[in-house]
Amino acid sequence: MPRHLILRLGQAFLVMVGVVALTFVITRMVPGDPAVAYAGPRATPEQLAEVRERFGLDEPLWVQLAVYVRDLATGDWQTSLHTRRPVLEDLYHAFPASLELVGAGLVIAIAVGVPVGVLAARFRGRFPDFSVRLTSMLAVSLPVFWLALALQTVFGSTLGWFPVAGEYDGSLDTTSPLTLWTNITVVDALITGNWPILTSTLAHLALPALVVAAYPAGVIAQLVRATLIEEASQDHARLERALGFRETTILTRFALRPALNPVLSLIALVFAYAIVNGFLVEAVFNWPGLGRYAVSAISHSDTPAVAGVTLLVALMYVFANLVVDLLQGVIDPRTRAR
Amino acid sequence: MSAMPRVARLPRVTDRFALAGAVLITLIALAAVLAPWLAPHPPGEVDPLNALSPPDGEHWFGTDAAGRDVFSRVLHGGQTSLLIAVAVLAVSATAGVLLGVVAGYAGGWVRDVIMRITDVFLAFPALLLSVALAVVLEPSVTTVIVAIAVTWWPWYARLSAATAASIATRPYVDAARCLGVPAIMIILRHVLPNSLTPVLVQLSLDAGGVILTAAALSYLGLGAQDPTAEWGLMVEQGQTLFTTNWWVVTFPGLAILLTAFAFNVLGEGLRDALDPRRIVK
Repeated sequence: MPRHLILRLGQAFLVMVGVVALTFVITRMVPGDPAVAYAGPRATPEQLAEVRERFGLDEPLWVQLAVYVRDLATGDWQTSLHTRRPVLEDLYHAFPASLELVGAGLVIAIAVGVPVGVLAARFRGRFPDFSVRLTSMLAVSLPVFWLALALQTVFGSTLGWFPVAGEYDGSLDTTSPLTLWTNITVVDALITGNWPILTSTLAHLALPALVVAAYPAGVIAQLVRATLIEEASQDHARLERALGFRETTILTRFALRPALNPVLSLIALVFAYAIVNGFLVEAVFNWPGLGRYAVSAISHSDTPAVAGVTLLVALMYVFANLVVDLLQGVIDPRTRAR
Repeated sequence: MSAMPRVARLPRVTDRFALAGAVLITLIALAAVLAPWLAPHPPGEVDPLNALSPPDGEHWFGTDAAGRDVFSRVLHGGQTSLLIAVAVLAVSATAGVLLGVVAGYAGGWVRDVIMRITDVFLAFPALLLSVALAVVLEPSVTTVIVAIAVTWWPWYARLSAATAASIATRPYVDAARCLGVPAIMIILRHVLPNSLTPVLVQLSLDAGGVILTAAALSYLGLGAQDPTAEWGLMVEQGQTLFTTNWWVVTFPGLAILLTAFAFNVLGEGLRDALDPRRIVK
């Protein structure tokens, strides 16, 4: 295996170890006795002792950390205090819905952000550029929970154009039940040809996906604009200009491809942030994903569940970064780790 | 070539951005600081007889479910939001820059250890780690500050480590080292002051993000608690009334948007005007 690959994998492994340790520290910062939190305030001393024994709370801290790591590795992510189910099982059921929402949001963000960024770069310093920059700055300044509430109220409750909550019409489960393959409703409905559920899901998806898309769309537009302007001042652009290519052709045919490389790595970075921003959106639209799970865990002070979500998203982020770095190392050898 | 005049026009546009952002922030800060004098009502003044009255000459932004004046509460909410932003940025920039400068100047294993620690913190999206921290701590404004600062410092550490590493190779640093100046003095007198400019740009870019994160935490019930006027909390308290009483949610939300927007505009303008790449090199 090449040296840069080993270095990069080792680095990612160290970070994952740190992520697990930090999550452990946070879960043990709970004020008061975690045994009391689990067993309830009216538990007898015997019940408390039993809970402590069961969760190893009477062991020294480093033993608890070792046990925690061993449990995580063997798939035991503790039990939710609220749903009383294993956290990993809850996450397994909630994750596909989040992936669906964030995936849809990122598709919208790319579809809007890239062309709009090209437009701004083509007319740099003039009115289209100015309005794109202003709009993209507004998009990254929007409080997501407020945007979600506003769209839900205006286009859902008041105008009635879109459904206000949920993933699809629940009554469809009896009239045209969905066969699960990937657990991602849109994909499953598509491959099994379940049109009632597909159209219902798309209608439910529209508003929350738009909210999720706002921030990444703004960031992508700004990055595409900046990279294109830089590319257009390079020697190759000067040559293309001298050969008589039009400015628009230079941007879209020659400058856009190198500019998309940073956009791809940005999307990997934005992905984890979109999932977390999606938490607030899911809570508003009652979308059955990680966010709704996390928000309900928060209101029940359900530390194991919050820790589970935190760990999952952080590990996903490290993994996404690793994949992007390795891919870029393949595309552009100069970026390989020293 | 037609590209030349366009490039030459760019700085003027960006300066306009920076100026507009600076003016907006000054106005918002003034409104927040002068809130006790500007606000027509005390922020906690309950008036059940006038609950949920729409905006009019007496209550510009209407009243909430307890009959409190929304305009006065939005003004006072600015104090909470700006206080959180200033505190978070001060704490995280101080810690981050100090660690980063030491890492960048020292290099070697010191740099490796510090950078791997920052990598761990950077693996958590800010809102996520803040939520996890805020769940286990008592909900309050202080909790919000601590929770966000813990997630924010690594950005400054990473940024100033890069700057410091490039400054550490400069001839004047070599000269100081040859003269026998102790490392701590070199860091304080030469490396630190020269590493600050990119951090200042980053601070104004980040203030908007801090305000959005703080509002989100309060919206989730993990930050400021009821009698306190805080924008995210006001949105949360009014969200079930949105269809019938739009003003309860709309105005605090607009306040968050406007403040975050002002900082982003200023940051963008500063970044373009002071192009950090030129400063680092």
